[in-house]
Amino acid sequence: MRKKVFAGGLALISLFIFVGATVYAGDLDAFKGERGAIKIAGGTAHIPVMKEAAKRIMTFNPDIQISIAGGGSGVGIKQVGDGLVDIGNSGRKPTDDEIARYDLKMFKWAVDGVGIVVNPRNPVKSLTKSQLMDIFAGKINSWKTLGGADKEINLYTRDKSSGTRAVFWKMALSKGEVSPKANFVVSNGAMKSVVSNDPYGIGYVSVGYIDSTVAPVTLDGVVPTLDTVKTGTYKIARGLYSNTKGDPTGLTKDFIDYLYTPEGQKIIASKGFIPVK
Amino acid sequence: MLGKITERLFFICATISATITVLIFGFMVFLGLPLIKGGQFFHLLTQPWLPDHNLYGIYPMVMGTVFIASLGVVLAFPLSIGCASLISVIDGGIFSRILRRVVQMMTGIPTVIYGFVGLFLLVPFVRELFMGGSGMCVLSASIMLAILVAPTMILFFVDSFESVPKSYMQAVDSLGGSKVQKLIYIVIPGSWSGIMTGLVLSLGRAFGDTLIALMIAGNAVQAPSSLLDSARTLTAHIALVIASDYESLEFKSIFACGIVLYVFTTLLVVLVRSFGYASRRNNE
Repeated sequence: MRKKVFAGGLALISLFIFVGATVYAGDLDAFKGERGAIKIAGGTAHIPVMKEAAKRIMTFNPDIQISIAGGGSGVGIKQVGDGLVDIGNSGRKPTDDEIARYDLKMFKWAVDGVGIVVNPRNPVKSLTKSQLMDIFAGKINSWKTLGGADKEINLYTRDKSSGTRAVFWKMALSKGEVSPKANFVVSNGAMKSVVSNDPYGIGYVSVGYIDSTVAPVTLDGVVPTLDTVKTGTYKIARGLYSNTKGDPTGLTKDFIDYLYTPEGQKIIASKGFIPVK
Repeated sequence: MLGKITERLFFICATISATITVLIFGFMVFLGLPLIKGGQFFHLLTQPWLPDHNLYGIYPMVMGTVFIASLGVVLAFPLSIGCASLISVIDGGIFSRILRRVVQMMTGIPTVIYGFVGLFLLVPFVRELFMGGSGMCVLSASIMLAILVAPTMILFFVDSFESVPKSYMQAVDSLGGSKVQKLIYIVIPGSWSGIMTGLVLSLGRAFGDTLIALMIAGNAVQAPSSLLDSARTLTAHIALVIASDYESLEFKSIFACGIVLYVFTTLLVVLVRSFGYASRRNNE
């Protein structure tokens, strides 16, 4: 079984590469004859898109090395500002202070929602905003109050460097209190895996990360999906930014331009985000 | 001539590494100076962490570290004594050789592997067993830490068990003593300072480990009051906060954490040295 899945995955990947090499070759032309490395760090919501783009570029031209690290939006902004990486991703708009201090140029290439997620086994799949605020403040601490199991609610949140946290805290919690009992995880991926493992957990992730292993929670009657974020009915949304120190040049510029090509936009959409020009 | 050069070379190496250690401490004190000068340092050690209320105390993290590390060592100690006894005294055959190889191999496993295994196997188990909480708690982290520090402890114990003079063992054999009697009356009392040194070193390792606590202790910013509470260690706190703004007080609290870790580790080393000194004096 596992072998079959693996073989299937391999076939799919090679298909991707094949399709990428033939149909969309035009969008990758900028990388022809180039060589060098691009270092990317920061926002964890960006990672699936970055990885796919990097894979296609490196397959097209093996002389280019692209490394992708996480760390959160704060890390991305700080590292690009200090010249440690070429592109620093952030899931929030850098503050005016950061832009001025580091001479940042921002490239917003997608809109992303921040969805509240619970374990699929949890019957509670709909909350109001005030319930959500009470849950995160620790005022509601049992699923029973909300019509679920008689179990304590396990809160999961992100650390301060997370852009996802910044957006969630501002828009979903209206900068309300977060209980000191909340557990901290370090990335969108880690959030997804702890919530999918904890039947009594609640957390929040980039909508692009929501899949069958976690269940999205309807907030004030709106489900966080690609469509509701796109139409603006789901309000907790933010831009995904790639930032550079000063105007990008060379490979870094090519990489950012690539995200805006039809192929780049297709990658963004296929990873569950809404591409913007 | 060659001897002189080598001696010089080693002297230079030793000086460099000693200087670096001192410099690191100087660096932390220097950057933490604004905190120390303002008299905030000791407040930091006792205050809670509430960034929204401008309180950046590291008390919850100090308590988290103390709880998780000491419980880890407490859990690992009996396990290690047992294993070491089996390897070096009780069983002298093929099984003890295999066990020793396995333990040696275990010292090389990266902590992130333990963290990963803990997250997917131990955390759900603890959650279901105690019917409450998220399973990411002091207990889970301590159990994983115990598994992490045990191999080091075992190897250290084995070494000190085997440094007990052979003639003592032969004396027990000739008196018709059993292996267990040999262990209890000769080996363990004879390697007392080795056992203490191993314990203290493991405590240092448990204190300094980052990834296990970061991955499975839950990282909640509260001083744990029960085994099933989520907690954050000093090291995990540094890893989580390092990404915040350089200028913020939040970032500066890292240096307070660093100083606490450094001072604690230094104390442990001094303790180890004094055990070594005491045992040497006893032997003379």
